[in-house]
Amino acid sequence: MAIQIIFLITAVVTLLAALMVVASRHLVHSALWLILALFGVAVLYVLLDAGFFTVAQVLIYIGAIAILFIFAVMLTRRDMRDSGPQHTPGWWLAAILAALMFAGVMIMLISWTGFSTPLPALAADADTLSRLGLALVSPDGYLLPFELASVLLVAAMIGAIYVSLAKK
Amino acid sequence: MIPLSWYLIFAAALFSIGLFGVLSRRNAVAILMGIELMLNAVNVNLIAFWRYLDPVGISGQAFAIMVFAVAAAEVAVGLALVISIYRSRKTVVADDIDLMKW
Repeated sequence: MAIQIIFLITAVVTLLAALMVVASRHLVHSALWLILALFGVAVLYVLLDAGFFTVAQVLIYIGAIAILFIFAVMLTRRDMRDSGPQHTPGWWLAAILAALMFAGVMIMLISWTGFSTPLPALAADADTLSRLGLALVSPDGYLLPFELASVLLVAAMIGAIYVSLAKK
Repeated sequence: MIPLSWYLIFAAALFSIGLFGVLSRRNAVAILMGIELMLNAVNVNLIAFWRYLDPVGISGQAFAIMVFAVAAAEVAVGLALVISIYRSRKTVVADDIDLMKW
C-alpha cells in the first residue's frame, strides 16, 4: 500500500513539474521545474529496483544536463526575457496533437493483453548491476553498442566545443 | 503491488507533455527541454518493461544506458548550436532562425 502511495505522489508531482516546464514563462523557472521532474523519474527508478539508474539519473541528468540547460538559458537570456508570447500562435494545435498522441498510445496499451502485468518477484540473489556491467563489456552482449556510445560521446564533446567556440 | 500499467500511463503522459513542449515553445532551449522530457519517458518505459517482463534478462537496462548516452550527446551538441546561433544572429526564437529559408 505504501508503495502505491509513493508512486502516485511521485507521478503527480513529476507530471505537474513537466507541465510547468512547458508552460512556464520564465526559462530559468522551466529549468528548475525540469530538475524536479528529473528527480521524480529518479524516484520511479528506485520503485523499479533499478538503483544504478537512480544514481545515473541524478549524476547525468540533474548533475550535468540540467546545469547545462541553466548555463544555456543564462547565456542566451537578453533575448526574450518576459516580453512577448512564449508559445507559438498555433500552440492549441500542438496541444491537440499531444492529446491525440496520448489517446492513441492509451488505446494501443489497453488493447494489449500484458497491460496490467503484476510485478514479478526479483530473485534474492539477482545481482543485476554486475550482470549489467558484464553484459556491457562482453562480446556476446553489448560491447559494440557500448563502444559506439563512447565514440558518440567523444564526437559530441569535440563537436560541441568546436561549434560553441568563439570565432576570431 | 503496482501493475505495469501505472508506469506505462505515466510514461505516456510524460511523453505527451514533452511533445507539446517541443511543438509549442518558441525558444530553442525550451524545445530541447521538451526533448529531455520525452527521452525520460522512454527510459521509464524501458526500465519498467525490463522489470516486469524480463527481470532475468539485461537488454532493457542496456538500452536505457544507450538512451542516457545519446541524451547527453544530444543536449551537449544542441545547446552548443543554440549558443552559436545566438552569437551570430542574436536570437534563440526558432521562428527567426530562417537563414536557409527561401
